[in-house]
Amino acid sequence: MVHIPQEKHTSLILSVDGVTKSFDGFKAVNDLSFYLSEGELRTVIGPNGAGKSTFMDLITARTKPDEGKIVFHKENGEDVDLTKVREHKVSQLGIGRKFQNPTVYRSHTVYDNLKLSLSGKRGLLHSLFYKESTDDRDKIYHVLDTVRLSDHVNDLAGSLSHGQKQWLEIGMLLAQDPKIMLVDEPAAGMSDEETERTGELLISLEGKHSLIVIEHDMEFVRQIARRVTVLHQGQVLKEGDFDFVKSDPQVIEVYLGRQTRKH
Amino acid sequence: MNVFDSKIEFRGFIVAVVVLLFAIPMMNAFFFEGSFFHISSFQLSLWGKYVTYAVLAMSLNVLWGYTGMLCLCQSLFFALGAYAFGMYLVLHIGIDDVYNTPLPVFMDFQGYTELPWYWAPFEYAPFAVLASLAVPGLVAFIFGALVFRSRIKGVYFSIITQALTYALMLFFFKNNLELFGQSYILFGGNNGLNDFKEIFGANINSEATQRWLFIASVILMLSVYLLIAWVLKTKFGKVQQAIRDSENRIRFSGYSTTTYKMLIFTACAMIAGAAGALYVPQVGGINANEMTPAKSLDVVVWVAFGGRGTKFGPILGAVVVSLLKSYFLRAYPDSWLIILGLLFIFTVLFMPNGLIGLPKQLKPLIDRMRGKKAILPEEASTSSVS
Ligand SMILES: Nc1ncnc2c1ncn2[C@@H]1O[C@H](COP(=O)(O)OP(=O)(O)O)[C@@H](O)[C@H]1O
Ligand SMILES: [Mg+2]
Repeated sequence: MVHIPQEKHTSLILSVDGVTKSFDGFKAVNDLSFYLSEGELRTVIGPNGAGKSTFMDLITARTKPDEGKIVFHKENGEDVDLTKVREHKVSQLGIGRKFQNPTVYRSHTVYDNLKLSLSGKRGLLHSLFYKESTDDRDKIYHVLDTVRLSDHVNDLAGSLSHGQKQWLEIGMLLAQDPKIMLVDEPAAGMSDEETERTGELLISLEGKHSLIVIEHDMEFVRQIARRVTVLHQGQVLKEGDFDFVKSDPQVIEVYLGRQTRKH
Repeated sequence: MNVFDSKIEFRGFIVAVVVLLFAIPMMNAFFFEGSFFHISSFQLSLWGKYVTYAVLAMSLNVLWGYTGMLCLCQSLFFALGAYAFGMYLVLHIGIDDVYNTPLPVFMDFQGYTELPWYWAPFEYAPFAVLASLAVPGLVAFIFGALVFRSRIKGVYFSIITQALTYALMLFFFKNNLELFGQSYILFGGNNGLNDFKEIFGANINSEATQRWLFIASVILMLSVYLLIAWVLKTKFGKVQQAIRDSENRIRFSGYSTTTYKMLIFTACAMIAGAAGALYVPQVGGINANEMTPAKSLDVVVWVAFGGRGTKFGPILGAVVVSLLKSYFLRAYPDSWLIILGLLFIFTVLFMPNGLIGLPKQLKPLIDRMRGKKAILPEEASTSSVS
């Protein structure tokens, strides 16, 4: 299936062209093409094992594709082939991610978790002689406020609840202030209220950042959905707005049907 | 910036400076033998050895405790430093009485009449001192570049470091290296380097020399302590611990963990090397036995027993285990290895935070016992408040 990006005439920030990745012969991602516009909030859904997380791994250079191209379009018009860059460089280019399982530095305080994530230099000498500026402090407190962890500034990240860890990792992403945010299942393990707040937060980021949000929870998807991409067996099954995707028979068959059966 | 975490730590450090750097050396120098306050030179060099062990333990703790890399070749770096400085010492023995040769006797045995070119620079003290840092540093840097770039970590990292120390141990046990039809003499084979006479022009066995070596060891230990305390306060130290907690997270936050790990690994190898360089003149020799994998495992026990990931734990562990060892080797010579093994198992199972963590670990237990003994059940609720 060939997807012609509708947004090609507007400014694209990420192009994924015909990417394939197999693990021991099993194609986790199969000839996948995907285009993201600047400032767009895209939701990616799909059943378990559809290749969603692998897709993020590919964009962030955690895994290298067998075939295909992944290009990041920088603001200055320069194109960077992300398949030829190391993970930390991808991050430095302005692509940040939140892992599916909340991943924080458990023996650091919430504050230090954010401090390490603040955008800026990453070198050895820099980190040895770094002095915290009031600017940095303000940014950290601002993020703390946004993710509602102000009461936990000095708590060890390891002592937070699952949902709070999710928020902390989202906060780390905010502190990093990347161009593209890849957010893998942010609402997992959150209460309904927390989920809704997460949705509001993500929506508020639209325009300032380009986002790809992977999610399972259909209620959540309904809340944040703009354009939705449905992945199935490593390929794009459908792409469109939420109502279009939701009523598509194929999508219902592979994904939604399964979900409703589960409930 | 204040590098200490608490007033108690600061005071402890000052006490250590006063006692180790001034009081003990003075008690050795100014009180005559037989006096209650006298510390013999034998005692002093024994303690000097423990101090170098403490530094070795600290260097492993930075890797294992703070960065999450269980390195099983830390004693190799220690031994490489010891060898580098030992080469200087062995070249300043002078003319041998029995074999009448200016060369180290093992060279004479092999029919050498002059110093091979790669030995020659070690005649110069500054070169040897630098080499005792640079050689372990270089080995760690090259090995680290290979290992960290290919993303070897966890158990695989531990195993491969153990293989490294084993391989180099075999190499150092050899007398000669045959390469492209040429024979190169190595570092004394089985016997290693020993029988030293002079250090920087002074008699190596004199009381004054041993005292200065002790002082130098203490200065090294205190400086390394300050260095570690400082680094832990910087963002670098936080990155280090973040690598331990979640290497993926910190890498995807834009830090090149490979570069960080290489620097940390190299620096720790150099610290271990410096400790080794001070060890060799105080103990009087070095041989390849110091490179056996078991020696590096000893260091792991010190750190675990003292308290991994704490600043003082490794020092405590190295000294206490060494004292236990010297006691048991005298009292029950055959049982030491069993005791060491049991000690490690006990530590892993029951003292996850080591000796340092013991008071905190036992506090609830003691509180409960006190509560039970002293107070009747209906009064128990009031007691738990205090
Ligand atoms: N590193 C890996 N090695 C082997 N198989 C993998 C690896 N990563 C993912 N897979 C497989 O690829 C498929 C897609 O996984 P994933 O991308 O995690 O799916 P999703 O996030 O959509 O649930 C799964 O069948 C998974 O088992
Ligand atoms: Mg997934």
